[in-house]
Amino acid sequence: MHDRRDNVGVVVVEGLAAGTTMLCVVTADDSDFRLLAAAAVPIGHKIALADLKPGDTVVKYGHDIGRVVAPVARGEHVHVHNLKTKRW
Amino acid sequence: MPATAQRIWGFRRENARVGVRNHVAILPVDDISNAACEAVEAHIHGTIALPHAYGRLQFGADLELHFRTMIGTGANPNVAACVVIGIEPGWTARIVEGIAATGKPVAGFWIEGNGDIATVAAASRQAKEYVHWASEQVRVECALTDLWVAAKCGESDTTTGLASCPAVGNLYDKLIPQGLYGCFGETSELTGAEQLAADRAATPEVRAKFLRTWQAYQQEVIEAHKTSDLSDSQPTKGNIAGGLTTIEEKALGNLEKIGRQVRYVDVLAPAEAPARGPGLYFMDSSSAAAECCTLQAAAGYVVHLFPTGQGNVIGNPIMPVIKLTGNPRTARLMAEHIDLDVSGVVRRELTIDQAGDRLIELVRRTANGRYTAAEALGHREFVMTKLYRSA
Repeated sequence: MHDRRDNVGVVVVEGLAAGTTMLCVVTADDSDFRLLAAAAVPIGHKIALADLKPGDTVVKYGHDIGRVVAPVARGEHVHVHNLKTKRW
Repeated sequence: MPATAQRIWGFRRENARVGVRNHVAILPVDDISNAACEAVEAHIHGTIALPHAYGRLQFGADLELHFRTMIGTGANPNVAACVVIGIEPGWTARIVEGIAATGKPVAGFWIEGNGDIATVAAASRQAKEYVHWASEQVRVECALTDLWVAAKCGESDTTTGLASCPAVGNLYDKLIPQGLYGCFGETSELTGAEQLAADRAATPEVRAKFLRTWQAYQQEVIEAHKTSDLSDSQPTKGNIAGGLTTIEEKALGNLEKIGRQVRYVDVLAPAEAPARGPGLYFMDSSSAAAECCTLQAAAGYVVHLFPTGQGNVIGNPIMPVIKLTGNPRTARLMAEHIDLDVSGVVRRELTIDQAGDRLIELVRRTANGRYTAAEALGHREFVMTKLYRSA
């Protein structure tokens, strides 16, 4: 994740399996923590760092990147099926 | 070592600009002169034809952009000399005169009344003389910061915002204060980060100009023509496969290219040459790679930095395009397209500061003559931006 305010993080390893304990790094201050992956998520894709419900704002880089459109639990995959732009 | 002390070997042109390549370009004024230009290229070793799709019946701002792109391409310091071929003498002469203002050798030929064969013969004789002359030009020592270095990212993914774009931003933060010219563009792709981008303008006047430019693109291009939320175009299918989800997320990663401190000193029209001295410039442009790179080369930029996530393979015929990626999978699967692998950043093995230094070193080597991956693979995408339909 980029910023402490982010509620999503990016998988940067290949072949992540559900049930893996992930090392999570905050690039802004190089701090880290652990989180359990609830799904197999491809490299580059996002994982929820908190339980999110429809209407919630997804925060990455410390900024608004869109709205949640389907419930997603902490550790699950966040992508086009549950996150949409607020623009266009 | 301070960047101003870092030296490169470049070609000091008649107008004092520094080029890093030594092309003899064969430039068609219009689509129907492509065949003649390609015949000259096939005939005379050491020339490069720049075929494109337009140049007929354009008018108004679209025609002005066509001339600006043609003249700017021929005038680029990476071009030693230029042959221009058009269907008729009028617009051909306008482009020749524009390029000649730099002081470089340029000559025009036209096909009407002569036919392709006689035109190709005459243009080939001239091109051969230019090749003899250009091939005797000698590189001289110049400051690294004499370069004009543009940037644009493509087939981005989430690693672009984590590693490759911040590496470019780090280079800009280090070199622009020492005299480098920089450039970023991609007007629509800043949507979601437009206020952050506006805040990086050097003055309130430049900030207002940026927001006017961004708003105009929204209204005249996106809102006027969209049939959906653009979810298959911006982000692209490749972006989405790479994990990007929304335009806002893509825009925030894109903006990492301009670093942390540097501010842009002006907003340029497409293909407009910067005129406010050294510094970072924003150019109003499409986010399509070939269009944006073509416009930046036409504005006079001589080296290009291209962060990619999923592996965009773009090149440019006259401007070396340096490809870097922060995605370890892309670095492995698309290795022949990648000039600099910064995926160590996402493994916590490389800092952004170190990645920026590696990029500076690669710019130096590229300026000295090292072929980029795109050059070695023959990528020459030359794509004109067209504003609206022709008359």
